[in-house]
Amino acid sequence: MQVVPVLVWVERKVSAWIQDRVGPNRVGPLGLFQPLADAIKLLFKEDVVPEGTDRFLFILAPAVAFAPAALLATVIPFGQPMMVDGELLPLQVCRGNVGVLLTLALTGFSVYGLAFGGWASNNKYAMLGGLRAGAQMLSYEIAMGLALVSVLMTAGSVDLNVIVLDQTGTWGGFIPKWNALRQPLAFVLFFIAAFAETNRLPFDLPECEAELVGGYHTEYSSMKFSLFFLAEYAAMFASCCLITTLFLGGWSLPGMDVHNHSPFFSLLTVAVFFAKVSVLLFFFIVVRWTLPRFRFDQLMHLGWKTMIPLGLANILFTGAMAQG
Amino acid sequence: MSAQAPPQGPKNLGTKTMTMNIGPQHPATHGTLHLEVEVDGEIVVRCRPHLGYLHTGFEKLAEYRSYNQFITLSDRLNYLSSLNNNIGFALAVEEMLGVEITPRCRVLRVILAELGRLGDHVLSVGLQAMDLGAFSVMLWAFVEREKLYDIFEATSGGRLTTSWTRIGGLSRDVPDDFIPMVKKFLEYFPGVIDEVEKMLNRNRIFTKRTRGVGVISRDDVIAHGVTGPIARGSGLAWDIRRVRPYLGYELYDFEVPVEPDGDVWSRYRVRVREMRESIRILNQAIDALPDGPVTAIDTKFTLPDKLSVYNDMEALIHHFKLIMHGHGFQPAPGEIYASTESPNGELGWFIVSDGTRNPYRLRCRPPSFINYTAFPEMVRGGMISDLVAVMASLNVIAGELDR
Repeated sequence: MQVVPVLVWVERKVSAWIQDRVGPNRVGPLGLFQPLADAIKLLFKEDVVPEGTDRFLFILAPAVAFAPAALLATVIPFGQPMMVDGELLPLQVCRGNVGVLLTLALTGFSVYGLAFGGWASNNKYAMLGGLRAGAQMLSYEIAMGLALVSVLMTAGSVDLNVIVLDQTGTWGGFIPKWNALRQPLAFVLFFIAAFAETNRLPFDLPECEAELVGGYHTEYSSMKFSLFFLAEYAAMFASCCLITTLFLGGWSLPGMDVHNHSPFFSLLTVAVFFAKVSVLLFFFIVVRWTLPRFRFDQLMHLGWKTMIPLGLANILFTGAMAQG
Repeated sequence: MSAQAPPQGPKNLGTKTMTMNIGPQHPATHGTLHLEVEVDGEIVVRCRPHLGYLHTGFEKLAEYRSYNQFITLSDRLNYLSSLNNNIGFALAVEEMLGVEITPRCRVLRVILAELGRLGDHVLSVGLQAMDLGAFSVMLWAFVEREKLYDIFEATSGGRLTTSWTRIGGLSRDVPDDFIPMVKKFLEYFPGVIDEVEKMLNRNRIFTKRTRGVGVISRDDVIAHGVTGPIARGSGLAWDIRRVRPYLGYELYDFEVPVEPDGDVWSRYRVRVREMRESIRILNQAIDALPDGPVTAIDTKFTLPDKLSVYNDMEALIHHFKLIMHGHGFQPAPGEIYASTESPNGELGWFIVSDGTRNPYRLRCRPPSFINYTAFPEMVRGGMISDLVAVMASLNVIAGELDR
């Protein structure tokens, strides 16, 4: 969670860089404390609950949006297990052998926050935003799941640790056996679906400031708004972690000794993991500031008529390869 | 055949359309517009624009202002291309008076009119991209517009409201470093257009969002009286600079870009191509810029220069007669309609003079207002997202809608 303010700062700086601007540079060195200042400002804002809202859902929605994104990061193994006092300490908050299924369940859960927020606000823009969020996340979840299935078939497990270990080998000593290279189609599909799941441009239709003002969070203010805001960044971070784990070999580097459990080595793998995640995050941000957004029907078209058939074909292909 | 069976369930709820208000404060309405939109889900069933949020009453005000005083009001008409408004109004009055402007003034007006057109088009293209979600393009466009405004500031003293022309000439000559400034701008500006085009032209999302959206046919364009880039985007090669040349536009070598499809994409293409043509005109105009005075030597209408006012009795009298309250030049009774090609289309001025120093009646034909009449038809049946895209492609300026 500590990543989010940094991420906000990076996003601002990168967007400024793309747009020939300076970006935040007043609060703290290089404007690093800008997100902090923003958070304080938001905390002190008046918390408006407009009339005619469904109070319970209105207050619940930001929490529901934020929680899954925060929880998602807990199942990600972010480093080589560390040997401390003769015991192996897994660098993973919540170790379980159903990791992938849990991530799917959590991403599926996050749509409720947006839909509730849109519905409870008693605002037409928000309602359209909530409806869009519902339709978009449901359809892209299918594409995401299908892309995942082929990865699971390759690894033969739903445990994220196993999936990482499965990717540690190399071809010819230097080409990593990452799933991104073994399952390029699944990688692309998953990546696109991740954009849609995190509501980032070009898939930010639930928000869509040009048409729907603020979309589902139009009526939100103060800390409730910032929870939605945080949720977006937390979800982005979690998605990047997930993509790294599933497709880019997680914390491993090609040719790395997976049996070395010394603390120093473990920390090195953590650094490797975060380096990979940073690259992905950078990509997310650059895309956000360069592409226009889809129209709603085009989004559905892409999801149902392009990505899902491709995902299915990919599973069929993977299955045939595994058999043959 | 019998009618379809009613849907099963406790009761048939049916569907109803929803009325949405877009504006007067909404991010898509750059200015204070108000659209009352009836939507079925996300499909626009009906759209009714409401006007009147930016009423300035400048047509009525003109009846209490002398002709030169009105120039400041013409700034506020389409505040993104105030130079073009200044020039259009001055030309109309000069035509009514029969004043011949000097060659240098003529060419300078062409240069500033085309710079104004660049400023308007570059921002329009940027906003079009922004409303589709490509925010960065808008900021790139904004940077360029700021640089243009620097040139305007050096020329007229104002960035947005320039009030640059006077009847029979200009408020003053351009500064010494004007030509180098414009040349420097023209050197790198084509690169910016290239960059914008690189970003948008082959962008699948952008083309999908713009092609076939908000279509208006050539016949409808004529029926509504739509002009400017929107008409040219529908295959109508109508450009006042060509069909009724003013300021010697017939001497410049330029094309009138026309795109056939009449959709948002065509309007974007027309604007981008027009910017390139404007650059061509600008390069020719800079080469052809003669020396000499910028204000016509016609003591009945234009101010004599200050030195002669101090030293010369005749000049002092003329100055007094033009400036003092209750005096000023008085055109002969009559009426005139004169139009110029402003960035948004035909900007026309209908002026009736009753022989006093104020117009008896002044009527403006603002391009955005006429273009906006076609808007409800263009968005019907589209989605809410299309509505925003079409709105941006029309480049409706609220200051032109209400008079």
